[in-house]
Amino acid sequence: MGSDALLSKMNSIKALVLMSALLLSAPAFAQFDLSGTWASRSNQDDQERGAGPDPVDYLGLPLNAEGRAKALSYNYSTLSLPEYQCGYLTPFYIVLGPFGLRISSELDPVTGKIIAWKIGGWVDRDATTIWVDGRPHPSPGAPHTFGGFTTGVWEGDTLTTLTTHMKASMIRRNGAPVSDQATMTMHIMRHGDLLTIRAEIEDPVYFSEPYVRSRVWVRDPSVNLGNGVSSACEPIAELAPSESAPVVPHYLPGKNPFVNELTEKHNIPAAAVLGGAETMYPEYRKKLTGYVPPPICRRYCGCGGLGVPCITDGSGIAR
Amino acid sequence: MIASALFAMILLQAQNPRAAAPIDLTGYWVSVVTQDWRWRMVTPAKRDYASVPINLEAKKVGDAWDPAKDEAAGEQCKGYGAPGLMAMPTRLHITWQDENTLKAETDAGTQTRLFHFGSGKPQSPAATWQGDSIAEWERARATAKSGSLKVVTTHLRPGYLRRNGVPYSAKTVLTEYWDLATERNKDQWITITSVVDDPQYLRQPWVTALHFKKEPDGGKWDPTPCSAR
Repeated sequence: MGSDALLSKMNSIKALVLMSALLLSAPAFAQFDLSGTWASRSNQDDQERGAGPDPVDYLGLPLNAEGRAKALSYNYSTLSLPEYQCGYLTPFYIVLGPFGLRISSELDPVTGKIIAWKIGGWVDRDATTIWVDGRPHPSPGAPHTFGGFTTGVWEGDTLTTLTTHMKASMIRRNGAPVSDQATMTMHIMRHGDLLTIRAEIEDPVYFSEPYVRSRVWVRDPSVNLGNGVSSACEPIAELAPSESAPVVPHYLPGKNPFVNELTEKHNIPAAAVLGGAETMYPEYRKKLTGYVPPPICRRYCGCGGLGVPCITDGSGIAR
Repeated sequence: MIASALFAMILLQAQNPRAAAPIDLTGYWVSVVTQDWRWRMVTPAKRDYASVPINLEAKKVGDAWDPAKDEAAGEQCKGYGAPGLMAMPTRLHITWQDENTLKAETDAGTQTRLFHFGSGKPQSPAATWQGDSIAEWERARATAKSGSLKVVTTHLRPGYLRRNGVPYSAKTVLTEYWDLATERNKDQWITITSVVDDPQYLRQPWVTALHFKKEPDGGKWDPTPCSAR
């Protein structure tokens, strides 16, 4: 081996040793820095996240019979009851809602290590604190909150979290329920300026299978995400007082007036509209063989932002 | 410690992509359609562009969508190109074609995607539905035992992002990150973070995430041809 080649080889080894030292100096506790502001993109389920789902749209939800019955009993006026006005959605709303994320870390004042990641709240979702310091979850009998209790561990490059102790709430903003026995895992992955969260919620009361959603945010330091705390709320009486008994908005079994709405608007068979685990799998398409798409989109057609008339109100007329 | 890290790095460099894989994506996987159901499980109505950041040029093309015309032209697979394929209700069968090529087949439309590790893969003479895909393993640190698969796909034959004629052009670049995770019940899931960049038809990149659950075997594998409807 010539002296130049030997020198080159030694330089390569030196570079590799230096690189190894640099790599080993990376923090072992948090594989990625998640902190910052992450902008939402309405690139999936735009209607559900924005304007809101149609009243009886349980498409893709693994509801069991009890969950379906509970969902069909839901009346939007429920939100007018004082005890519900200030209710939040659970942390699952992170992947369901339209909002961006403000994520920050909390440091141990003595060691300087990260003990928690915090996902800021919004108008209808409490802030979520993900404890990564190894603390245990509360005992089964401990009180439940809308935000629940969340812990996390790094599994390679992914932060995996577990949330328990959530209050009963909605899994979709049309009354599809989730019980207070539900638990949620999140897998938080970062690829450069993209943050992906896949969340899985298990509910032994209302679901026959876990319900999984995935979503991506884009890093954007300029996005305004408010102050990251949920809004203050004071309930007031909104419903007209009843002379005979307090009003509890609901629909009795078989009386939900919206049960055929999605079928009429989009030709989706009623059985699919009511959800169920089997509707989530590709083979369910064989049960949809009679489906014919509506001739033209008449509502929430996704042409907003184009500067051209867009049909949004169901009239079929571009405005 | 440095010596062991150095040894690990040299070992990784010496291995072929199959041996160096930080995650095992092989097997049968099923897409679990829990989001965008109305746009994925069935063909949505004409002129329904919900959730896709199209521009006016794309709207003109989409407004003129005619599945009968596609059928007559033998172009039933326009909705099965790589930028739209992963959102189809489908099963995946992932295998190693050779030490440097990961193969992902779909039963929906019977399509095959080939992920070539390394940059030496020559382009196909003509653009194809699945394009040319260059793959690499991504790790937070070179010595990490976990990581993800990054795939960049170009040279695509123009097609549809959705079966109702939402177009993508030949200029499209599809970037994907494939991650693997195991749930508490031991179910394994792939999450695909997908970025469709099309300067001709999109106002901004179309960024989505999809998930697939591992199945024990190919018992539910059901190859079906492309359909324009």
